[in-house]
Amino acid sequence: MIAVIDYELGNVGSVLNMLKKLNIEAILTNKPNDLKRAKGLILPGVGSFDRGMKQLQKYDLVSVLNNIVMEKGKPCLGICLGMQLMGQASEEGDMSGLGWIDSSVRLFQRDPDRPRLRIPHMGWNLVKPTHVDFPLLSGLERQARFYFVHSYFYPADLKYGAATTEHLVPFTSVLSRGNVYGCQFHPEKSHSFGLKLLSNFYSIASQSHCE
Amino acid sequence: MPNERLIPCLLIRSGGLYKTIRFKSPTYLGDPINAVKIFSDKEADEIIVMDIGATSENCGPDFELISDIANQAFMPVCYGGGVSTLSQMERLYSLGVEKVVLNSAAHARPSLVGEAAKHFGNQSVVVCIDCKKPFFSRDYAVYTNRGKSRINGSILDYAKYFESLGAGELVLNNIDLDGTMAGYDHALLKKLGEALSIPVVGLGGACSLEDMRRAVRESGIAAAAGSLFSFRWPERAVLINYPKHRQVSCNE
Repeated sequence: MIAVIDYELGNVGSVLNMLKKLNIEAILTNKPNDLKRAKGLILPGVGSFDRGMKQLQKYDLVSVLNNIVMEKGKPCLGICLGMQLMGQASEEGDMSGLGWIDSSVRLFQRDPDRPRLRIPHMGWNLVKPTHVDFPLLSGLERQARFYFVHSYFYPADLKYGAATTEHLVPFTSVLSRGNVYGCQFHPEKSHSFGLKLLSNFYSIASQSHCE
Repeated sequence: MPNERLIPCLLIRSGGLYKTIRFKSPTYLGDPINAVKIFSDKEADEIIVMDIGATSENCGPDFELISDIANQAFMPVCYGGGVSTLSQMERLYSLGVEKVVLNSAAHARPSLVGEAAKHFGNQSVVVCIDCKKPFFSRDYAVYTNRGKSRINGSILDYAKYFESLGAGELVLNNIDLDGTMAGYDHALLKKLGEALSIPVVGLGGACSLEDMRRAVRESGIAAAAGSLFSFRWPERAVLINYPKHRQVSCNE
């Protein structure tokens, strides 16, 4: 069972919908017991950084997630803002992030010579894995395209970067640190590509030996 | 070509799918959920769904229908129609809507745009501007209330204003060309595309795939269409269609 974290942010409807299409049992929850018994967690997110952290705090999820994910090693996939919250901070806000990734998220800067590269980065773009045999992107190594809609990003040289994408600058579109995964794009809005990625995540979660 | 977006635009009213001509004479096309399913199966880049009855009938978004629509869509859904509060927007996002369009509410209370951008992030907030040329005028004017009320101020001024307030995307809806398949007004779209740094979507008049690609190429915008993806022309026989999935190239 996959637990989609409910902290009142993110278009959880779409995530649950795609998991349903994949016949993956999923629940929307913020209860520690549910999160503990899940095989894997998804942290969705649409909104601003500070609001995301405040909502996580509101539901007492910071320490719970630190325990379940960082200490106990449960696989966790952050989507869009969810991935950004895993970092230390964001130029968007004042609060500290979860700090699972030691990097901060920064704002795209306009390039006057390329005015058509607009901000927010909105639309489909190519995701290129940086390593071979990366299970989350299995079957997605070539020409994988996903839907992006964001103004903030992790730099391309992120220590835990697993895939990059280009928009104004190269940036990290997928990160991976042990059991922690993040994708800047929205797999739940990316048709067949998203279906494959979520299916891969479920395989990873199912095979994980975390308690 | 960097990241082209070709976007079907669906108009709904009282639960049905409709198509208008110059914002008038709505023709019933069928079930919107079926249309969304077809677009999703054909892997459309994203879709815009606008409820053309919600604001005038003062009934707000039809959340149940929108939820059903979002459940059929594995691509982004951008919804507009009858949205005027943050709590409506919050509910829409939780149902699976990626972006919410403000039109009448943005004109009535511009501060809503900034509040929504702050709360939900500007990438989730879209403003739509409707325009047409008044009688005996060569220049476009901005209209609200489904084309019935003209307001002072140019398209560009409004567009830049909403951009400054925090809108993450701007849709320009051309009432004169709506439903005509007479071709986009490329000169207008180019001016708008060059004036803004946020994403821009041109809607109204698309007559062919090449017309849409021309808008993308010449104006650096995304292209949206209703009739082109809903009808077989010229007999206007209902045919929900979308071009075969294209490879996207990396931004340079």
